[in-house]
Amino acid sequence: MIRGLGTVVVMVAFIGLALWVFSPRRKSEFDDATLLPFKDDPEAIKHVEQEQASRSNKE
Amino acid sequence: MSTAISPTAYNYKVVRQFAIMTVVWGILGMGLGVFIASQLVWPELNLGLEWTTFGRLRPLHTNLVIFAFGGCALFGTSYYVVQRTCQTRLISDSLAAFSFWGWQAVIIGAIITLPLGYTTSKEYAELELPLAILLAIVWVVYAIVFFGTITKRKTKHIYVGNWFYGAFILVTAMLHIVNHASLPVSFFKSYSAYAGATDAMIQWWYGHNAVGFFLTTGFLGMMYYFVPKQAERPIYSYRLSIVHFWALITLYIWAGPHHLHYTALPDWAQSLGMAMSIILLAPSWGGMINGMMTLSGAWHKLRTDPILRFLVVSLAFYGMSTFEGPMMAIKTVNALSHYTDWTIGHVHAGALGWVAMISIGAMYHMIPKVYGQKQMYSTGLINVHFWLATIGTVLYIASMWVNGITQGLMWRAINDDGTLTYSFVEALQASHPGFIVRALGGAIFASGMLFMAYNVFRTVRASNPAEAEAASKISVVGAH
Repeated sequence: MIRGLGTVVVMVAFIGLALWVFSPRRKSEFDDATLLPFKDDPEAIKHVEQEQASRSNKE
Repeated sequence: MSTAISPTAYNYKVVRQFAIMTVVWGILGMGLGVFIASQLVWPELNLGLEWTTFGRLRPLHTNLVIFAFGGCALFGTSYYVVQRTCQTRLISDSLAAFSFWGWQAVIIGAIITLPLGYTTSKEYAELELPLAILLAIVWVVYAIVFFGTITKRKTKHIYVGNWFYGAFILVTAMLHIVNHASLPVSFFKSYSAYAGATDAMIQWWYGHNAVGFFLTTGFLGMMYYFVPKQAERPIYSYRLSIVHFWALITLYIWAGPHHLHYTALPDWAQSLGMAMSIILLAPSWGGMINGMMTLSGAWHKLRTDPILRFLVVSLAFYGMSTFEGPMMAIKTVNALSHYTDWTIGHVHAGALGWVAMISIGAMYHMIPKVYGQKQMYSTGLINVHFWLATIGTVLYIASMWVNGITQGLMWRAINDDGTLTYSFVEALQASHPGFIVRALGGAIFASGMLFMAYNVFRTVRASNPAEAEAASKISVVGAH
């Protein structure tokens, strides 16, 4: 019984995590966070943003 | 776009110290590995002295490469990454300095005590109580510096790399303190607080998570910063990185029992360890794919950038060894592989291919930056190092596969009347050619570190204090 509950708790946690992570509301936050390695490097952020712009133009 | 130069600067001093010591301990630890590998080829190299026997030097080798080389790489890069992604200076310079000198003191302690024969006899936890306590204090200080820096961050988010570093720091503290609980009978002799199979289980809960959290989670933190930064592309999927993080830390902690298959450990615990080890493949490969796919559309960069090659090949080895590991955790496979050289090969696929290569790549990226240089002194030498490291790793693991399977098959072969077909010595003799190739592969890998040392030396010498100082200024584009 207890062991079965453990499995259920972990499964619910995982599904909850997946729903939280893949919710469209989170997108802008993640887009912001993913740039953090470049944010304090003026040259790198320029390259990354240029590349992102050129890719979105192609789409 | 405005470039606001903040008046404050990063603490790069401690990062530089750890980076240099990464190279120094790397040479020493790997060199010692080559020496003990040679002892297995030429036993005379024991020198007939108790202090230089394989049994005393092997734990020193593992401590030097894991805690000295790997540890310094983790301290150095985590201090670098946490400052840069939080856009703030470390919370305390003096505590950071204490963590550096304290860590070096622990390593010196290991270099002195292990050859003298002071050991708890627990693998990867050999250091006796006084050193273990010092290590725990240093580690708590490390946690204070790291998490303190995160609390004063100037950014809204905590970058995913810091989550991995943070989990590595917390879990390593927990593992170390629980596994080292012991009763001292004298200054340098203590006995474990646990008994029998419980002691074995605690030890391999520690041991496997030393792999899982020290040698994996910490280095994944490194991966999540240095791969995107070197490739100048954001990580493939930030969402996947969050799922990766929680899945990995939830699952890793249960895999320890696979080290105790077919022992006195209860059968259900062995089977549980096996099942959890197999499930672990999913988050491991999720992370590997996330790192690899960061390069999608930019694979051409590998042609010209040996640093990126180090980082990407390390991920390939990570993917390979995290497939091999779950497979070896299957009890029927383990019946063949356990106690053979296959295990040693598996460990080194991870240690050389993944841990060392990602650290080396990260160092080649970071060292010029913290010394105010555009790049390393010689890109050609990085390329030489890359090929030496790759060839060395392949020779090492291939020879250990051959040896491991040979040993496993010879040990289990029985005659019609039930007696063993081969004596142990016959299997040992059959392993001799593999031992030679292994020593050669290890020597090739270790020789690459000498090229690194020269390259780092020239890079550091080209830098002057003013340049290094200027490099540590915090500049943020489009300040918040």
